[in-house]
Amino acid sequence: MPEILPTVLIVAMLIAAGLTLIPLVRDRPVGMPLIGGLVLIELGLLALTVLALINLSDTDRDVAGVTFVAYLVGSLLVLPIAGAWARAERSRWGSGVLLIACLVLPVLIVRMNQIWDGHGAN
Amino acid sequence: MAQTDLGAVTRSGPGRVLIAVYAIFAVGATSRSAVQIGTRFDEAPLPYLLSAFAAMVYVLATVCLARGSRASRRIAVASCVVELLGVLIIGTVSVVLPEAFPDATVWSSFGRGYLYIPLVLPVLGLWWLRATRPR
Repeated sequence: MPEILPTVLIVAMLIAAGLTLIPLVRDRPVGMPLIGGLVLIELGLLALTVLALINLSDTDRDVAGVTFVAYLVGSLLVLPIAGAWARAERSRWGSGVLLIACLVLPVLIVRMNQIWDGHGAN
Repeated sequence: MAQTDLGAVTRSGPGRVLIAVYAIFAVGATSRSAVQIGTRFDEAPLPYLLSAFAAMVYVLATVCLARGSRASRRIAVASCVVELLGVLIIGTVSVVLPEAFPDATVWSSFGRGYLYIPLVLPVLGLWWLRATRPR
């Protein structure tokens, strides 16, 4: 598991979550700049997945591989699905869907870290 | 109100967010349950079977809310009622008889491990289905 990238991504996700509150309060869909930010986060997740898979293939420790990979793949699906689901609702509730996506992703990354660390001990 | 309109109404506004949260719980509970049953079922058969049951109810509620037809809304109401009863009963049992639950389910301690969302979600689901019911 890479050292710094997960933390950078979590911070970016929480900032993005905060920014979705602006259109949410104003009853608008999320604007293009923030969507661009979400695309960058998705690219960051893609990089994390590649690096984590390389680490997983290199490690001698006993990591719960299937679960770990499921979290990686799952994290890649969150923003595309949430984006598609939010698109059809051009009100604060569409922005609300993206807010929830931005809050779920950090949880997934924390769980990835736990799986990487925890199951390696035994 | 026509079926398609009813579906669109069920999916619109707060329903959009509600279905999104339901979908997260459906995917999360199903995957977690698959890992539990697939890797260590013998450790805690009852909690793991309950987790699998809860997962199925979340999947059912998500699909039926997203479809939003008259029939699927009825199933969604039933799913929400089962969830609410599940979280209240399992929540109470897990607090009174913790030894019955060697490993946590999504409904243990009223869903505390999941920010009490399992307790709030069925209430919101029932409220939304009532707010959008055809007259």
